[in-house]
Amino acid sequence: MESDDSNMYREHILELYKEPSNYGTIKNPTHQKTGNNPLCGDEITVQITVKGNKVEDIKFRARGCAISIASASLITDYAKGKSLNGIRSIGSEKVVDLLHIPISPVRLKCALLPLQTLHDAIGMKTEGKNGTARNK
Amino acid sequence: MRIDNSKAKELRQDFPIFSSRKNLVYLDNAATTQKPEAVIDAISDYYKSSNANIHRGVYKLSQEATEKYEASHKQVENFIGAGNNEVVFTRNATESINLVSYGFDRTFKGKNDIVLTEMEHHSNMVPWQQFAKRNNLRLKYIRVKEDFTLDYDDAEKKITDKTAIVAASHISNALGTVNDVKMICSLAAKSGALSLVDGAQGAAHSEVDVKSIGCDFYAFSGHKMLGPTGTGVLYGKKELLEAMAPFNFGGDMISKVTYEDAEWNSIPMKFEAGTPNISGGIALSEAIGYLKKAGMKSIERWENDLLKYAMENMKNVKKYNPGLGKSAGILSFNLDNVHAHDVASILDMHDVCIRGGHHCAMPLMNKLGVAGTARASFYLYNTYEDIDMLVKGINEAEKVFRR
Ligand SMILES: Cc1ncc(COP(=O)(O)O)c(C=O)c1O
Repeated sequence: MESDDSNMYREHILELYKEPSNYGTIKNPTHQKTGNNPLCGDEITVQITVKGNKVEDIKFRARGCAISIASASLITDYAKGKSLNGIRSIGSEKVVDLLHIPISPVRLKCALLPLQTLHDAIGMKTEGKNGTARNK
Repeated sequence: MRIDNSKAKELRQDFPIFSSRKNLVYLDNAATTQKPEAVIDAISDYYKSSNANIHRGVYKLSQEATEKYEASHKQVENFIGAGNNEVVFTRNATESINLVSYGFDRTFKGKNDIVLTEMEHHSNMVPWQQFAKRNNLRLKYIRVKEDFTLDYDDAEKKITDKTAIVAASHISNALGTVNDVKMICSLAAKSGALSLVDGAQGAAHSEVDVKSIGCDFYAFSGHKMLGPTGTGVLYGKKELLEAMAPFNFGGDMISKVTYEDAEWNSIPMKFEAGTPNISGGIALSEAIGYLKKAGMKSIERWENDLLKYAMENMKNVKKYNPGLGKSAGILSFNLDNVHAHDVASILDMHDVCIRGGHHCAMPLMNKLGVAGTARASFYLYNTYEDIDMLVKGINEAEKVFRR
């Protein structure tokens, strides 16, 4: 089973889960948002500091599964240094791309929560399929 | 009937899903159960040979359908010890609870609060939150103790003569806890409050006698007890169902209509407006027939055996369960530092179906300080081998996350 192609729990995902990048808090963020997945009760808070239209710093704290934590880690890394427009143009396909694992539709919701919350923090809706999960 | 491991294997053969999916290990029975062939056949037989609308035709076919549908009400009444015309068919437990909550709007004078418990399913919480807003009442919650049982001292304090309604679950879908609803209902009665028991798990996993519980209302779902989806039941004491206002209006629920107004039909029709789920209602009667044959006491005992076996074999997990003798066959657990979704996903790779999440009890999960739990829930067709597969999957999840 461990070599099964359908296995989501690849080494890189588990490592990101155990030691995610950008985990923590920013003292005085310019933007922040808490999102949750009503399906499973997962919750994530994304904070960013925007300076000169660029994301200078980004951090998150979350209560979530391996998929959502790994996704948050990857997407925050990816977002760092980008302009606000650059962030706006990140679509849900990018998340799937970064995760690099086969992912079922149910678990896709877990994977997309970090990006949706990031988008919510800068006041927009995520484009692409499944980009409509509710954030609070 | 005495159910043991070999009997359970025999019973499995009555459930077609286990022959179409040979490796299926189904342990999400608190969400919904599988259906025996007799129930599936009752649905198709109805459409093949008895299909007609009820209460409307003078022809034989319609009369036959009406008789079967009404006989199903009788079967349910008999199953839970209710009297004549004390059972209303709904879509599910959720609708049954909503029906009561709308039925008593603006009827409480000199009352201040509604009492629920901290372990309620959203279905027995959100309707009362809305009811409280509409009627200007306050919500109070009976505490859940560290050992996952209700604090009955707290219940005595919170249920007072200012309490309008007490609503509590018979068996918690999140913790497995079997609550002393008889005691809660007697506290409610002494205080002049209405009592409602959420029996979504209770009716499925234990022997129920509504008269001995002494509740005013008892709500449950057919699909959690071998019946079809879209079938639910509300038991209510006759005089209360008579006093209660309907919340769906239309055909079937009236006895007389003029252009200006209408008079309500007798119970249960008063609460069953429109064409109901006839095939489902008839098939529910088959499900109950099956449960009666197995015997609810035997099911309780077998679930307890399975729970004992699971507890003994699931050593390295944190359990959220009050323990044998206080729990139905529902076991919530967590692995250290592994999210319940991940446990459920890894088990799914072995065709083991369990639930991971908040089990529609978000406030309870917050209280326990977890995002959610993994939950295995058993029924009469589960075997020790099913639990062996569960344990194997849990060990696998441990390994994946520890490597
Ligand atoms: C204790 C309890 N109450 C209410 C419900 C709601 O049942 P239904 O969704 O069939 O209305 C459930 C089902 O999950 C339950 O377990």
